[in-house]
Amino acid sequence: MTAATNSARETTVFKRPGVVNQSWWIWIGLAGLALLPLVGGKTGLVSNFAFLQLSLMIVYAIAVLGLNLLTGFNGQISLGHGAFFAVGAYTAAILIDQADWPFWATLPMAALACFIAGYLFGLPALRLEGHYLALATFALAVAVPQILKYRHLEPFTKGVQGINIFKADPPFGLPLSSDQWMFLVVLAVAIVLFWAARNLLDSRIGRALRAIRDQPLAADTMGINSSHYKAVTFGISALYTGVAGALHAIIFEFVSPDSFRFELSIAILVGAVVGGIASLPGAVIGGVFVQAIEKYADALTKKISATVHLPLELQPWTIYGIALIILIYTMPTGVAGGISSLRKRLTRYRG
Amino acid sequence: MMQTSRRLLLASTIGLAFCMASPATAQKTYDEGASDTEIKIGNTNPYSGNASAYGQIGRTIEAYFKMLNDNGGINGRKITFITYDDGYTPPKAVEMVRKLVEDDKVLLVFQTLGTPSNSAIHKYMNQKKVPQLFVATGASKWGNPKEFPWTMGWQPDYATEGGIYAKHILATVKEAKIGVLMQNDDYGKDYFNGFKAGLGKDADKIVQVATYEVADPTVDSQMIQLKNSGANVFFNITTPKFAAQAIKKAAEIGWKPVHYLNNVSISVGSVMKPAGLDASQGIITAQYLKDATDLQWKTSPDMIEWNKFMDKYMPQADKSSSYHSYGYAVSATMAQVLKQCGDNLTRENVMKQAASLKGFENPMLLTGIKVNTSATDFYPIQAVQLSRFEGESWKIFGDVLSNEGASQ
Repeated sequence: MTAATNSARETTVFKRPGVVNQSWWIWIGLAGLALLPLVGGKTGLVSNFAFLQLSLMIVYAIAVLGLNLLTGFNGQISLGHGAFFAVGAYTAAILIDQADWPFWATLPMAALACFIAGYLFGLPALRLEGHYLALATFALAVAVPQILKYRHLEPFTKGVQGINIFKADPPFGLPLSSDQWMFLVVLAVAIVLFWAARNLLDSRIGRALRAIRDQPLAADTMGINSSHYKAVTFGISALYTGVAGALHAIIFEFVSPDSFRFELSIAILVGAVVGGIASLPGAVIGGVFVQAIEKYADALTKKISATVHLPLELQPWTIYGIALIILIYTMPTGVAGGISSLRKRLTRYRG
Repeated sequence: MMQTSRRLLLASTIGLAFCMASPATAQKTYDEGASDTEIKIGNTNPYSGNASAYGQIGRTIEAYFKMLNDNGGINGRKITFITYDDGYTPPKAVEMVRKLVEDDKVLLVFQTLGTPSNSAIHKYMNQKKVPQLFVATGASKWGNPKEFPWTMGWQPDYATEGGIYAKHILATVKEAKIGVLMQNDDYGKDYFNGFKAGLGKDADKIVQVATYEVADPTVDSQMIQLKNSGANVFFNITTPKFAAQAIKKAAEIGWKPVHYLNNVSISVGSVMKPAGLDASQGIITAQYLKDATDLQWKTSPDMIEWNKFMDKYMPQADKSSSYHSYGYAVSATMAQVLKQCGDNLTRENVMKQAASLKGFENPMLLTGIKVNTSATDFYPIQAVQLSRFEGESWKIFGDVLSNEGASQ
């Protein structure tokens, strides 16, 4: 894992080193997204369900970003981020369902709860490296759904049947549907979080994180308090994924222990690797991947089965696996890395 | 002259009145998903994952509606059946059902499968006022018209079934020591609670309860645990994959209790055969459908029709799997409801007609079991007959046990 997260593989799709300007087309893209509800929604071009899908993609992008911060930029592997996603989701769901909190107030609470959870988990876990840390986080991922099903917690968690909550209507009587309003909310939160991550990584702290990832011994010698930074990074990473979980609960309107099984942790990790493990734009690609892949695998399988008559029954997971293998083989640093090397190759021809 | 023109005026006025009156009676009313030419029905089924054996039900329903369409549809309208995979996981079910309602704009959602998945969409369907009809689960909570008027079950409810097994144990097994294997979710708990209620003060006869998760690969360790508890009666609350594993393991470790298997896993093709026909001898269950492997139904007209249907529309399918009779039977109920709707295809009328099935002789139901619903009775089928697995098929015994009219 450390080889894959080497700083040499960090992708610089948007940022030219040393130059702090933001590419103009990010602004155009964001503006386009922000106007989507007004343009697409009103004309009925983009359905409410499509807005839900887009919101979910952004939510998973935030979750993948959390993992990127920890694994890509700090070199600590985690197979358990589904657990933090679940903690954030349940925090939001319980506060909305039982304490009648407005949804926006649950986000800071979920963030706080997950930061504490991540930090507390990070403290003992930072003594573990590589496989052992992976196992510890794996244990967390497997344990959380069971804890959520625990009999004595049922008054809060409502056990296996889960909690149903309902989206709030847009405030100030805006002419938007709930789905469109939540899309804007999720977009705004994502922009704030990505901006914060960008600043964190560009700062002294970000450099310390990378140092710990690349040369832990040298970092210690230089006076960087590794234990402190590692635990804090775990906390921040959990915070990001937890906020994503809270947003997911709010827009999906449903949480249950089975929504956060171990497969979710794997899905987030796969999304991070496919997008680009040490890259911010990679997190966005990863988020889109997590949300879209199952549907595409399913649809593609149906199309192939309909046109080509194979002797065996094709399963969506087969397509998923083949797609993953091809992706990792052709783009080991993820899609973001692939785009970055493509750009480099093109500029080389130009120059 | 004047008289003729007055008569003419009167006649033409009456004639005009009639012309105005008739369109009103022939008026067609539609909600989203219904039109002059089609009725859109939505569904989710587990076509993948640990419960994918149930996916045969979705395929059977698809084939049934195709057969209906080939024969002209219902009241001249074709059925467009849209079904998605939910992998037996609640979040996926929620997403796919939202797609059906908001994107595909179906008139109603029919036979969504699984207690956990249906629990997840329960409030949503009632909030959106879209029928959640004849759900493929027997949990008791689907028969609650006061709080959830848009949801209705179909098969006999789990709690009643569990209670029937409990009563049978108390009547036939001396010094029963009961071991229970149950799925750790709503469905498992429903059966278990009904079972305990049926035992009443004898609930302490349960010596061991082992649970498993849907995502577990096997239930071997639970089976060993149950054998070691010394139980001589086994209540098996499992979905098909785990039922087959449990039956097989019990035979392997030489445990021969009096074995009660829940109705959702009695498919000969998907459970008894993989488990081993020898291992399955003597297992008791409660049935309400005619089993295709039971030769006593060979000459009954609905079974002959069903065989014709299977041969034409599902030639590759394994007829010994009870999911094909189940899918056929529940689709027949749906077809009856739509027929009763006539030209008034609003969601409200669909629910009204679903709640107006009086003694409907549904094909494939056991003799003496009929479909009955009313505004206060949202449990269409409330009768079962005990049956025992002998040889290669289920053989019913005893009387039809009915819970009709019991307050739920």
